[in-house]
Amino acid sequence: MTTPAEALHTQEMLINMGPQHPSTHGVLRVLLRTDGEVVVNARPDMGYLHRGLEKIGERVTYAQFMPFTDRLDYLAAMNCNCAWAWAVEKLAGIEAPERAEYIRVIVCELNRISSHLIAFGSFTADMGAFTPFLYSIRERERVNDLFEMTCGNRLTYNYARVGGVSADLPRGFLEKTKEFLDYFEPKIDEYNKLISYNKIFVHRLANVAVITGEEAVAYGLTGPNLRGSGVAFDLRKDEPYSVYPKLDFQVCVGSGERGTLGDCFDRYMVRINEMRESVKILRQAIARIPEGPVLAKVPRVFKPAAAEVYVRTECPRGETGFYVISDGTVLPNRLKIRAGSFVTMNIFEKVTRGLMIADIVAVIGSFDIILPEIDR
Amino acid sequence: MEALARSLVQAVPAIAGVPFWTVTLLVMVVTAAVLLVFALTFGGVGSYVLRKVAGDIQVRIGPNRVGPYGILQFLADGVKLILKEDIIPAKADRFLFVLAPYLVFIGSFAAFVVVPFGVGLIAADLNIGVYYVMAITSLVVVGILMAGWASNNKWALLGGMRAAAQIVSYEIPVGMAILPAVLIAGSLSLQDIVRSQGGLLGVFGWNLFHNPFTFFSFFLYFTAAQAETNQTPFDLPEAESELVSGYNVEYSGIRYAFFFLAEFGDMFIVAALATACFLGGWHVPFFRADALPALWGNLLSLGVFLVKAFGLVLVMMWVRWTLPRLRVDQLMRMAWKYLVPLTFANLLGVSLWLLVFKGKGIPQMIASIF
Repeated sequence: MTTPAEALHTQEMLINMGPQHPSTHGVLRVLLRTDGEVVVNARPDMGYLHRGLEKIGERVTYAQFMPFTDRLDYLAAMNCNCAWAWAVEKLAGIEAPERAEYIRVIVCELNRISSHLIAFGSFTADMGAFTPFLYSIRERERVNDLFEMTCGNRLTYNYARVGGVSADLPRGFLEKTKEFLDYFEPKIDEYNKLISYNKIFVHRLANVAVITGEEAVAYGLTGPNLRGSGVAFDLRKDEPYSVYPKLDFQVCVGSGERGTLGDCFDRYMVRINEMRESVKILRQAIARIPEGPVLAKVPRVFKPAAAEVYVRTECPRGETGFYVISDGTVLPNRLKIRAGSFVTMNIFEKVTRGLMIADIVAVIGSFDIILPEIDR
Repeated sequence: MEALARSLVQAVPAIAGVPFWTVTLLVMVVTAAVLLVFALTFGGVGSYVLRKVAGDIQVRIGPNRVGPYGILQFLADGVKLILKEDIIPAKADRFLFVLAPYLVFIGSFAAFVVVPFGVGLIAADLNIGVYYVMAITSLVVVGILMAGWASNNKWALLGGMRAAAQIVSYEIPVGMAILPAVLIAGSLSLQDIVRSQGGLLGVFGWNLFHNPFTFFSFFLYFTAAQAETNQTPFDLPEAESELVSGYNVEYSGIRYAFFFLAEFGDMFIVAALATACFLGGWHVPFFRADALPALWGNLLSLGVFLVKAFGLVLVMMWVRWTLPRLRVDQLMRMAWKYLVPLTFANLLGVSLWLLVFKGKGIPQMIASIF
């Protein structure tokens, strides 16, 4: 005899989430196998935006590759620019002037703020609250204005150069940046009041997709996603580069304040707190920036000696690393790019098992992935 | 309806020779047309206001291109929707697909019939008004489920299932939250419920201030009704960021417009019912609108009713642009574990109050002291 539950024929549903879906943050495709609303398995399918940047890197000179790094993580193009510059400088043994390093830190931290703003805004929009998104866009607009002053561009900057930056900061830039910081710092509290501790928002994120510290390390998570699990690892502190050792700032880690350590809420909160730390870094950098040249003398056609380097920097979406092999010619012999978002997607299938469909959106938002960096 | 037709025959002797049923039919058609125009206008102007309110909350401008201050935007949108190509997916269940938007629209529009707009402005003062609204708005579930299934789209199906579960669950707290007003008036007719809140106690005649339980049940009703009509933060059936657009994802053109209008119709019905049952309906504070000559009384009470109802609609929009969305299981937990017991306890409280204090509210008791 069959019980009513057995007689009732049910089957799992295979749903295609993406590549055109409002909440996959780009052309990510997730194959969902669901039992009603509960996700049995979610397999991310990547590669829709593959442009072969690593291969292109082998066909253009070191200097020519700079604009391509803009297209790695377009929400944090300054960070990618500078990461490439630091990589090539280490490879060729070039040292950028101190003023250039300060400028790089300033634009990187500004871009970290604007990138985290988008992460915050799009995450809340994914959770159904559309208003904070436009608030974050309002603030990001002012960062874009600042970047426009430096290099004329608002999204893909191509500002860094091997040996420094393309142009000195224009007159009034530092004052304008200070103005922005004074305006922006109270806004973070406004965000917290508006949405961060909203009961519905906390309930949606707390205890969802918990990643323990060991798991995060084992899966190679970096950046805010790693720190959200309580691991205080920040390349700016642990493997200091540029002028970061001279600046005083905290490494923000998740605390499990509203749920379990390493849940979506912790990852979200790390980004909010990091914006505050970036403001702190910016204030110090503005106070200390020295006068001087902004570009070291680099030969127009330059051939680094045969060598290989791996340089990793702390980008808003985790560790961005360039592994460059030079064979002594003008072109790199091999270029490998390590992208934070790509590595983060490894753990996606594991943490989403047994969640609801709505949680998938929360997980993608809390990872703050960006597709051009994943697909490269 | 018949009474209106009879008075029309008396007022205009020229149509005395026409069979009486024709006059009645004519009156019916005209009433329906007036209500339809109202519903459509509300949907149009409502969408404009919604977008302007959203713009204001979200530090942007909102529609400002068509007409002064963009006020004609809704006409442009309407024309666009009518002219758009009507797409029916190849593998859709054509019959159900075509039928669904009309069911949804009818479910929301038919409730307008018993809305007491003014002293004498009600299309049909049914003696089961509240019950009728509860029943007819349930038609929306059928339509939404039908749309979700017939689209042959998994997102739409999920949206349809969510909607069915949600609307069926929230109907219980909605019904129980509105019953206190019925208990106080001793009638299911919405016009009777409004009349029971009159008197010269001003705003204190309203059921909202009748006793602590009714005060509470207004908020319970408003919350549950937002959920029943799929408004944010309970807009899971059409959760844009999860289900793309939910049950209406495959619809375009005029069929989509029907879903859209039904949504605004639902908004108005919720606001109208809350106004009628808790906020004194068309009663003007400290003034007897029903004592005025018919024309002025009706106009005044209509205005007051609309102001109150639109105020509530604005609150809904405000909530909509402020809060994030709940998750499915949280939504169900809220209905069954919190709202149902709360509304039930509340109903019990109101019943006991009416029994103990012989149907008198706090304001009446205070008034009787002086």
